[in-house]
Amino acid sequence: MSTSLLVVLLIGVVAWLGASLGLASLFGVFLPYVAVIIFIAGVVWRMVYWSKSPVPFAIPTTGGQQASLEWIKQASLDNPSTKWGVVKRMFLEVFFFRSLFRNTYAEVREDGPRIVYFSSKWLWCFALLFHYCFLLVFIRHFRFFIDPVPACITFIEAVDGVLQIGAPRLYLTGVLLLTALLFLLGRRLFNERLRYLSLMNDYFPLLLIIALVLSGMSLRYFIKTDIASVKAFTMGLVTFQPVGAEVTKNIGSLFFVHLTYLSVLLMYFPFSKLMHAPGVFFSPTRNLPNNTRAVHHENPWNDRNAPFTTYAEYEDTFRDVMVEAGLPVEKQPDAGDKE
Amino acid sequence: MYNKTYVLAGIIIFVALFTTPFWTGIMSGSYQRPAVQLPANEKECVEPVEYMRAEHMQLLNDWRDQALRNEARVYVSSTGKKWEISLQNTCLKCHNNTTEFCDKCHISNSVYPYCWTCHIEPKGKK
Repeated sequence: MSTSLLVVLLIGVVAWLGASLGLASLFGVFLPYVAVIIFIAGVVWRMVYWSKSPVPFAIPTTGGQQASLEWIKQASLDNPSTKWGVVKRMFLEVFFFRSLFRNTYAEVREDGPRIVYFSSKWLWCFALLFHYCFLLVFIRHFRFFIDPVPACITFIEAVDGVLQIGAPRLYLTGVLLLTALLFLLGRRLFNERLRYLSLMNDYFPLLLIIALVLSGMSLRYFIKTDIASVKAFTMGLVTFQPVGAEVTKNIGSLFFVHLTYLSVLLMYFPFSKLMHAPGVFFSPTRNLPNNTRAVHHENPWNDRNAPFTTYAEYEDTFRDVMVEAGLPVEKQPDAGDKE
Repeated sequence: MYNKTYVLAGIIIFVALFTTPFWTGIMSGSYQRPAVQLPANEKECVEPVEYMRAEHMQLLNDWRDQALRNEARVYVSSTGKKWEISLQNTCLKCHNNTTEFCDKCHISNSVYPYCWTCHIEPKGKK
């Protein structure tokens, strides 16, 4: 936790100093381009790598009655037996985190002592909140990347700022995103079992995203910068005509801190646990139908031309030893052979 | 590669989605920062231009609170000059055409403030 915090703060300080010392083109042009290339190439590489991994066994996780006889009701969403069923289960998993909804919490009670399990929906609730708010915040940012701004983005902004608090209007997703992130961090810090399990690769992405959100919210509400210049700057990036110092001098250093956090997140993404985003589609426990009783799952690394021995040949080889050991054999040894 | 069709489709969707800003950017051509029409006969705003560019929305919000909730109608700027706190009589006296001034940057950056639900939107001199 403290190491991750230190690293995240260091990234911010380096970016701040760099931007203040006039290295805006390094942190604002070079780094984002490198980050986008690493992100896209890294994710594609990881997807290709995964798709090359054979799945030797059919191992779907099941959560209910398997497809069986006609009069036995199948839990079709938790134990799909067809491709379409898998699609339905995957949809619910990706959009509603259905498996997280089943999360339970175990606790040892002093009376007894006895162990008690109960349903715990907090993680599901805040994980869902975090992912959807992050998605909306991400989509909202496209007002800086697309010109003219599409009406759907303007609509999202209007809904997001519907409470009309302050100027610029307070976006609900920003506040909810920060709340959810703080819950997800607090969960790791204050639940002693989880804290014992948590490593740097759990804390670092959380703190990095918190830093990203805090710097972004500061830019909007507290330490503002000229967003007309910011748009000129980002449009320069996406049209491959980066703007020079005449524009970047109008943009505060905090913007480059925000951009650097994003770049680090993008570069870190393909090599981290954040790859669960494409990973969920590659999970054999999720993407296989549970039809093992109807369809033979071929282990792809089985060599079809491998030499094999039939039982008859096996018995021919070992018949004498088997008889000696008192094992039953199908063909009795010839009396004549014995002599 | 196993499940080639699905994986390739996934990769194509991923790459296409995440490069949207680049191909829309290339299609729309180079972006020009919108040119606002500055007031012809006034050189000085209530605060310096850098401050106004970044913080004008905050200033307007504070002015509204000052004028309507505290009945304080005098603003002392960072240069020490006194201004009347009034959108209609101070701001819009010089910036008298929203389509040529406010809307230029606002529309380009998808900013739609709700000033004109109460105030009269100035359309410039006819």
